[in-house]
Amino acid sequence: MDKFMGLLSNGLAVGGVYACVALGFTLIFKATRVFNFAVGNFVCIGAFLVWTCAVQFHLSMVVSILLGLVGGGALGFLCDRLFVRPMIGQDILSIIIMTLVLSFFLNGLAMLIWGSVPGVYPDYLPRGSLGIGGAAVGTDIIFCFVAALVIAGLIALYFERAKGSLAMRATAEDHQVAQAAGIRVKNISTLVWTVAGAVCAIGGLLLGTIRGIDMYLPEFGLKVVPAVLIGGLESISGAVAGGLIIGVLEKLASGYINPIVGGGIETCFAYIVMIIFIILKPHGLFGLKKIERL
Amino acid sequence: MLPCGTYNRHYSEDMAILRTRSHWGLLMAFLFLLAAIPLFAGYQWENLITLICFYVINAVGLNILLGYTGQVALGQAAFMAVGAYTSGILTAKAGIPFILALPLAGMLAGAAGIMFGLPSMRVKGFYLALVTLGAQFIIIYIMEHLEITGGTDGMTCDFASIGGLVLDTPSKIYWLVMVVTVILVFLAMNLMRTRVGRAFIAIRDNDIAAEVLGVNIYYYKLLAFFIGCFYSGIAGALWAHYTTSLHPSQFPLHNGILYLGIIVVGGMGTMFGPIAGAVVMRGLDEIVMIVFPKLAAAFPSLGANMAPALGPMAFGLVFILFLIFEPRGIAHGWGRLKSSVEHWPFAY
Repeated sequence: MDKFMGLLSNGLAVGGVYACVALGFTLIFKATRVFNFAVGNFVCIGAFLVWTCAVQFHLSMVVSILLGLVGGGALGFLCDRLFVRPMIGQDILSIIIMTLVLSFFLNGLAMLIWGSVPGVYPDYLPRGSLGIGGAAVGTDIIFCFVAALVIAGLIALYFERAKGSLAMRATAEDHQVAQAAGIRVKNISTLVWTVAGAVCAIGGLLLGTIRGIDMYLPEFGLKVVPAVLIGGLESISGAVAGGLIIGVLEKLASGYINPIVGGGIETCFAYIVMIIFIILKPHGLFGLKKIERL
Repeated sequence: MLPCGTYNRHYSEDMAILRTRSHWGLLMAFLFLLAAIPLFAGYQWENLITLICFYVINAVGLNILLGYTGQVALGQAAFMAVGAYTSGILTAKAGIPFILALPLAGMLAGAAGIMFGLPSMRVKGFYLALVTLGAQFIIIYIMEHLEITGGTDGMTCDFASIGGLVLDTPSKIYWLVMVVTVILVFLAMNLMRTRVGRAFIAIRDNDIAAEVLGVNIYYYKLLAFFIGCFYSGIAGALWAHYTTSLHPSQFPLHNGILYLGIIVVGGMGTMFGPIAGAVVMRGLDEIVMIVFPKLAAAFPSLGANMAPALGPMAFGLVFILFLIFEPRGIAHGWGRLKSSVEHWPFAY
């Protein structure tokens, strides 16, 4: 039972971060119907930005995090302006390929700037652990979980409730209708990419806190794609739920399946779950059921 | 478009890939040149062209799947791994001759492709892209944890041997790979002119219309997956006997995206495209490998990461520029150039 609780709490913490990044993914998808496969690279670059500010420039952690947020937002902004906007009007396939090759490019960029040397954040969270259900859980993990959920909640709240988000939701519904109603669809696209960039940077920061910063972060961040799919592509709450589910399942798999198969199942378990979902329930838990002829 | 003064008088003439004597002459000269390259060019050229061939086989296969049938596949590198390990294991451990192991490797990769293509019966587009993304991670995971593949230690395999002739020099490997590439490209070219190829194109253009016309779309989608992954498997099998040492890390997700990019650069849904794209991207690769270490030496302040980092950056940038400015790729640009030369000095 201790093992189970330990795995569960760890999984929830990672899942919280997935949920956070998944929101960045869903936001872009909801508003512009673009699948951002470069999401893992956004996470990676965000994590490294904070690390550079804190470790190489010796800034305080709060300032570093703020700078990382700004940097992540700027990255999202630039990607939208330079790479996504020229693709408006092209078919979905081209845009998928665009974000894929964008991930190629950003990978090289991160490699050029930071290299393959892994980094660790300075201790910015109180050390210690809390006993939850008989298992000791580090305070940093609890902090990450709470922070991720708070951010996810804020974004969800904004998207669902705030007046300014109405334009976003209208854009998500139909680009032409939104334009006819006087909404600047291009501005919405820029806005969501910027916000998504910042959210991914936070995700990167939290992931970096849990597992250290290295060049495997893009692959790690890409796992939000299964999370989003399980939750349902269009749903904000689905993204959060999917993130948590993937995080927990992954940890449980690494705890209970790894001894049988000999390790490493967490690299692909999310995708196995995803494929099962695609076959059985392609629209996810909370997604819109679209009837589509094949 | 036919050259000036050439008319089709028979159906067979209309069907012919090569219409004029000069076409035949050029093709023969080209094939002769390809066959003769090891005789006068050095090891480096042989190696370069061999590597181009791996790109070509993969890209032609993926082009059938993506360019002609419209099914996004991101996991081609993993299917290449299936082929590579199959051929490596069959020849080294089961003692099956290479000439049999090669098609078997393709078949097994194709079968794996069908398995991951099965969800195409329920979903399409983005969802299918995700299934193939999952295939990449799952297959590589299996390769890393099976005993027979040597796991993360990798495995060694023998050089290919055909009837006692061991293909162990770069020239012999070059000839083997070149012959297989030419055959596969020829097959692909012809496939697209048959009922099957037309069904693929119909599915890509409008799957509902295709179904109304009586195309069994499930069957043809799975067939496209089989063929696309068959090509990757063959490329993998040749790769196994080219490097003679296999490791799961030789087949990362990046390679799958690279093949996608090659098709984009070359021109999706054309036969000329993947070949041109493969040549251009491999050329770019060579430039990266030659120029960037020198750049790194000239500007040490940029750090030691420059050489490995600028490769993906250059590739990514080329892909992005093509997607934005010439989404139909080199094939389209080449066609435009040709027609403007032919019509000169008139605009059209």
